[in-house]
Formats: sequence, C-alpha cells, structure tokens
Amino acid sequence: MSLRRLLIALTSFVLLSSSVFAMQPPAGQSEFVPVDAVPLADQLPAAPLLITAYAFVWIAAMVYLWSIWRRLNKVEDEMRTLAQKIPHR
Amino acid sequence: MRKVFGPLAALAGVMLVASPFVVAQAPFEASMGIVSKIFYFHVPSWFAMFTAIGICGVASVVHLFRNSPRADRIAEAAGEIAVVFGLMGLVTGPLWGRKAWGVWWIWDAKLTIALLLEMTFISGILVRKYGGPGSDKLAAAVGIFGLAVTPFVYEAVNIWRTIHPLTSVVPTLPARMALPFWFCVTAYMLLLALLLMLRVNLGKRQAALDELYLAYED
Repeated sequence: MSLRRLLIALTSFVLLSSSVFAMQPPAGQSEFVPVDAVPLADQLPAAPLLITAYAFVWIAAMVYLWSIWRRLNKVEDEMRTLAQKIPHR
Repeated sequence: MRKVFGPLAALAGVMLVASPFVVAQAPFEASMGIVSKIFYFHVPSWFAMFTAIGICGVASVVHLFRNSPRADRIAEAAGEIAVVFGLMGLVTGPLWGRKAWGVWWIWDAKLTIALLLEMTFISGILVRKYGGPGSDKLAAAVGIFGLAVTPFVYEAVNIWRTIHPLTSVVPTLPARMALPFWFCVTAYMLLLALLLMLRVNLGKRQAALDELYLAYED
C-alpha cells in the first residue's frame, strides 16, 4: 500500500514538475557568440532609402522650378500694373 | 536661346524619367548592395553643384572687375542653383551612409567641408537678399571664395583620412556601372542648364522691372 502511494506521489511529482519547469523563463545567456555578418532580420532595408533619395531629388528640382515660375509670375504682374500706370501720368 | 530651350527641356525630362530604369539595370556594388545605387543620384548632384559653382565663380570675377550686370545675374542664378544641387547631395548622402556606414552623419573632413560649402552659398543668397546697396559685390566675393574652396571639397578624401569613398571610384568604374553613371551625370547637367536659363531669365525680368520702377518714379 505504501509502495503504491509512493509510486503515485513520484509519478505526480514528475508530471507536475515538467509543467513547472516549462513555465520557467529561459536561462540567462552565459556567453556571447561573435558573428561577422548582421542577421538578415536585423538588417536595415535599403530599398526605402534608395526610393527616398530619388524622390527627394525630384521634389527638390520641382520645388525650385515652381519657385522660379512663381517669382516670374509676380514680376510679370508687377510689370503689367506699372505699365498700365505709366501712360496715365 | 528660346529655340534651344524646348528640345533641351524635352531631352532632360526624358533622361531624368529614364534614369531610374537605367540605374536599375546597373549591377549592385559587392559590399553595399542595393543602397549603392544612390551613388547614381548622389555624385551627379555634386558634379552639377561644382559646375554651378564654377559658373558662379567665373561670373563673380567678371562682375567684380568689370561691373557687368549680366555677369551678376548669371552669378546670382548659378549660386542659387548650386544650393539646390548641394541640398540634393547633402540629403542623398546620409540616406546612403545610414545603410553603408550605420550612421546618418559623421563629422569627418569630407562631409563637414561639403556642408560648409553649401552654407557658403546659402550665405551668398542671404547677402543678396538682406545686404542692402553693394550686396552684389559682397555676394560676388562669396562666390569667388566658394569657387576657391571647391577643389578642397573634391580632394578632401585624398588629403584627409575619411570614411567617404575615394575619388578613384569614378574613373575605375566598370563599363556596366560607368554607362548608367554618365547617363545620370548628363541628365543632371541638362537639368542644370535648364534651371540656369530659367533663373537668368528671371533675373533679367527683375532688372527690367527695376528700370520700369525708376521710369515711373521719374
């Protein structure tokens, strides 16, 4: 009878202890392993940088073109206004 | 000049639109991979900036010693365009560096002196805008100073130890990389010519407006 109880207790301990051990956090890193290449998952994606560079060049050129066009329109408007005023004097 | 402008604009537009497709055909650089393709936009930006600085510097010398309003207009236009192309170089460079070097910016000789060159030409614009009478002469002096500094910017990688790729990269490019590279350089030079023509025309119209104001006041 006592042997049977002992077996039940041992079996229960083994079964329960496995789940208890499974819930434990992983063991702390005991050593660092050096590698020369950055893991693929950690690498910065290059394509967005390339696209941003190309887009910026276009945006800068277009904004500058627009600024010339805007200034030219302003000058032409002023010239028209002045040209209208001069004959009246 | 107007006859040339249309075909030149069409050619520049076609080349700039085609440039990413031409660059896509180029092989990747072995150590940098896809990000190395920023090179095809980054270096031509600096080439265009240096050309604009050359034009600005020569026109500044002419204006300073011959008091030529036409040369002043060309110097003003080229100085402004140098800032635009410099900005392109200063933005595309860090985008490349972030991937290639792991940092956006590093205060090494090449990058720092390039930033100072950009700031020199920004100061030229500010001098013209807020300098009052005689600011055109001061801006011309700034333009000549910028031209004198430019060889140091180009040669910085050979003079000092820097992280930036050396000037020997371009002359040693294999044909498959050299072709798209010089295609992009040509496109940027056409863009420079177009912007210069437009900006000089703006200066001419501004001068005409000033004369009209003087006639009105008289």
